Amino acid sequence: MTEPLLHTSGLVKRYGGVIATHQVALAVERGHLHALIGPNGAGKSTLIGLLSGELAANAGHIHFNGHDVTGLHVHRRARLGLARSFQITSIFKSFSVLANVVLAVQAHAGHSFRFWRPAVRDPALLGPALAALERVGLADRRHDAAAALSHGERRQLELAMALAGDPAMLLLDEPMAGMGPEDGRAMVDLLQSLKGERTILLVEHDMDAVFQLADRISVLVYGAIIASGTPDHIRADAEVRRAYLGEEA
Amino acid sequence: MIAQLFIEQGLNGLQLGITLFLMAAGLTLVFGIMDVIHLSHGSFYMLGAYLTATLGARFDSYLLGLALAIPLVALIGMVVEWIAIRRLYERDHLDQVLATFGLIMFFNEAVRMIWGAQPIFLSPPASLAGTVELLPGIFYPQFRLAILGTGLAVAALLGLMIRRTRLGMRLRAGASDRAMAGALGVNIDGLFTIVFGLGTGLAALAGGMAGTVLSVQVGMGESILILTFVVVVIGGIGSIKGALVGAILVGLVDTLARTMLPVALRSTLPASQADSVAASLSSTSVYVLMILVLAWRPKGLYGART
Amino acid sequence: MAHAPDFRRRLALVLLLILALAVPPVLSALGQGFYVGFAARVLIMALAALSLDLVMGLGGMVSFGHAAFLGLGAYVVGIGSWHVFDGSPLPFGLAGSENALIVWPLAMLVSGLAALGIGAISLRTTGVHFIMITLAFAQMLFFLAGGLKTYGGDDGITLYSRSELAGLKLSDPTTFYYLCLGLLVTVLALLLRLSSSRFGMVLKGVRDNERRMRALGFPTYRYKLAAFVLSGMICGLAGALLANASEFASPALMSWQRSGELLVMVVLGGMGSLVGPVLGAVALMVLEESLAELTQHWQVILGPLLVLLALSARRGLWGWIKGRDGAP
Repeated sequence: MTEPLLHTSGLVKRYGGVIATHQVALAVERGHLHALIGPNGAGKSTLIGLLSGELAANAGHIHFNGHDVTGLHVHRRARLGLARSFQITSIFKSFSVLANVVLAVQAHAGHSFRFWRPAVRDPALLGPALAALERVGLADRRHDAAAALSHGERRQLELAMALAGDPAMLLLDEPMAGMGPEDGRAMVDLLQSLKGERTILLVEHDMDAVFQLADRISVLVYGAIIASGTPDHIRADAEVRRAYLGEEA
Repeated sequence: MIAQLFIEQGLNGLQLGITLFLMAAGLTLVFGIMDVIHLSHGSFYMLGAYLTATLGARFDSYLLGLALAIPLVALIGMVVEWIAIRRLYERDHLDQVLATFGLIMFFNEAVRMIWGAQPIFLSPPASLAGTVELLPGIFYPQFRLAILGTGLAVAALLGLMIRRTRLGMRLRAGASDRAMAGALGVNIDGLFTIVFGLGTGLAALAGGMAGTVLSVQVGMGESILILTFVVVVIGGIGSIKGALVGAILVGLVDTLARTMLPVALRSTLPASQADSVAASLSSTSVYVLMILVLAWRPKGLYGART
Repeated sequence: MAHAPDFRRRLALVLLLILALAVPPVLSALGQGFYVGFAARVLIMALAALSLDLVMGLGGMVSFGHAAFLGLGAYVVGIGSWHVFDGSPLPFGLAGSENALIVWPLAMLVSGLAALGIGAISLRTTGVHFIMITLAFAQMLFFLAGGLKTYGGDDGITLYSRSELAGLKLSDPTTFYYLCLGLLVTVLALLLRLSSSRFGMVLKGVRDNERRMRALGFPTYRYKLAAFVLSGMICGLAGALLANASEFASPALMSWQRSGELLVMVVLGGMGSLVGPVLGAVALMVLEESLAELTQHWQVILGPLLVLLALSARRGLWGWIKGRDGAP
């Protein structure tokens, strides 16, 4: 049994007196699409923040790809192969679509203390960038300004940027947020095609998508994981039903 | 002997601190609530000094001059807010720096045109010209004590106002969430104009008092302004308490460095060299203080901590 | 895809270069040869503004203390010259020098080191705190320079002659002008190239969205610091040239009003465009000079003009000249 690509133990995050993350032990197997669900305010964003490195944990450990990344800065974890997309679109609005993705490729192409050659025309960067854009279906928009994209297209760009660095694992924070039904379906298809190729930790509210895509689901309520298992297992779990449907105890 | 120097200079430091507090309170309100970097704050300090001098001379009463100058400058401030500052609220800090930089130029030159380039004199009221014996053998000018007292009284009033009155409540609401406060019916535009007027009034008071101790000249606003910014940054943007603590710290550090350093250096260097090295080193002391504070608390002592 | 605006941009650049080359002969033909010295100073300030745009326009770091590097560069030249005249040695047994090939690179080195120190500390802050801390450092240097009694204190150093540069007669205004123009054009060309390089992309990315840059895997601090040091060096060179132009170096060069002026030049010309700040410097200095001829109280006019500038749309002169459009 190989080690999970990402696993945490005893992860705790406190804000003053409030415990936002409570002894979380999460394990994401290589090649799986692992979904993280939970009611609003459950602490999903905090957990993503802890995993990506933007937040420092008060206690506990995070292991990724064989390394203990608990104390590492955001950019170090990204370099180790942990790519993240943001819930609220976070792209480079003053750049073209292509430049956005080129930057993402560039981050993993050694150092950037190169002062002469134009980056956007550099074949070493261009190849992977175009491939990522093709993958998400934005290749024909590559010369447009990122600011000119529609909301759904921006979510696609977010994903392209996460893919561009050839990451070992994708942390996707509500990739379908704010998308209409058509765009949402396209995103689900895209995620389906990425399954197996990459390990994915998916935070999502869209239950249909989650149950269709996920190999494993973990349910987060008030900062603690109350259940973790296959979709069928979760569907049948009494605690989960109580948390979501609010049945009397 | 050394104790006397220490107490005297300590009080001078407190007095500078109080002046800085009056300036910093206005600035931190404007910055904290309206999110505007307001470089021309020093210009109102300057106007306060000039108008107090002119009106005081006209009516042959310093207090009357001061009492008239403050509302007059506050009024000018509100007009400036209405014409220019208002349009800067949603802009980024660079635009604000630029605009207020232009205002400084304008005010400096306007003052030079009206009053001339030579410094003018502002004498404190004759009734307070004496000294007070604080401790046996230690004398301190009455007027400086009055400045100290006035400043502390204003600080207390401000604190009271912010905490206990409806205006204060609206101010705090506006500071924490402008959009929400506006949606709840707080007249944000009017509120901001008042805040700005309050800030400039405080600056005018500071200028009117400080002008008796320092010289009243064009450009006096800029030197106090930089120190004021240092105070606001040290204290934490938006915090009146921070402004008070920061102001006292800066006032004391600056004054004591200026007095103690020459004494300390004279023991190791020849007198004239010691004096000039001390002069430049002591000028840097508050900046070193600021850098140290920011290294420890990046948002200032009482600044918002996310 | 962006051909028409690109062509317009290049045409504008070529025209500007031709104009710049024509300045000395045109001025002498008009009997205003006296202004060639002024023109050289304009070019030098343009170089300083260019250095500020590197950190501010490209990197998003608003430095309110760049005049410090200007002053440092000037003082290196001034001190070198002072020791030549005085004959006394500098610390470490070095001798004074007026050789441009020694003091000008030295000016860049000193400014670069200062930028390294200042940047290392300041870049741990952002936003208004960064603005204040850069201002504070510049103020510190301002006061320290004023305390240098040997080197004139508040009054500064008067250079006894301009630097010697390999046989060129720098005291001749026209020669000096073309030298400054050559340096400005070279630095501008190099920076334009840098802007689209990997390093430039990182800077622009940081300006746009630093959080995302870190999430992508960039250690942003070191790139910002590198840009800051490079900027300091270029500004130091401008300082060295300025000392030559006015044959003078004083603490006033490091005043915060100077730093403010540089900020105005960058914004006036068009932040981030590199060419814009050059234009901004020209515009501001010409404006100041012509207003000063009109009235002694020119600041009362310039002040409100600046206010209007700040309140207007911020594309700047360069944006206006080359027309709309222009994604990097």
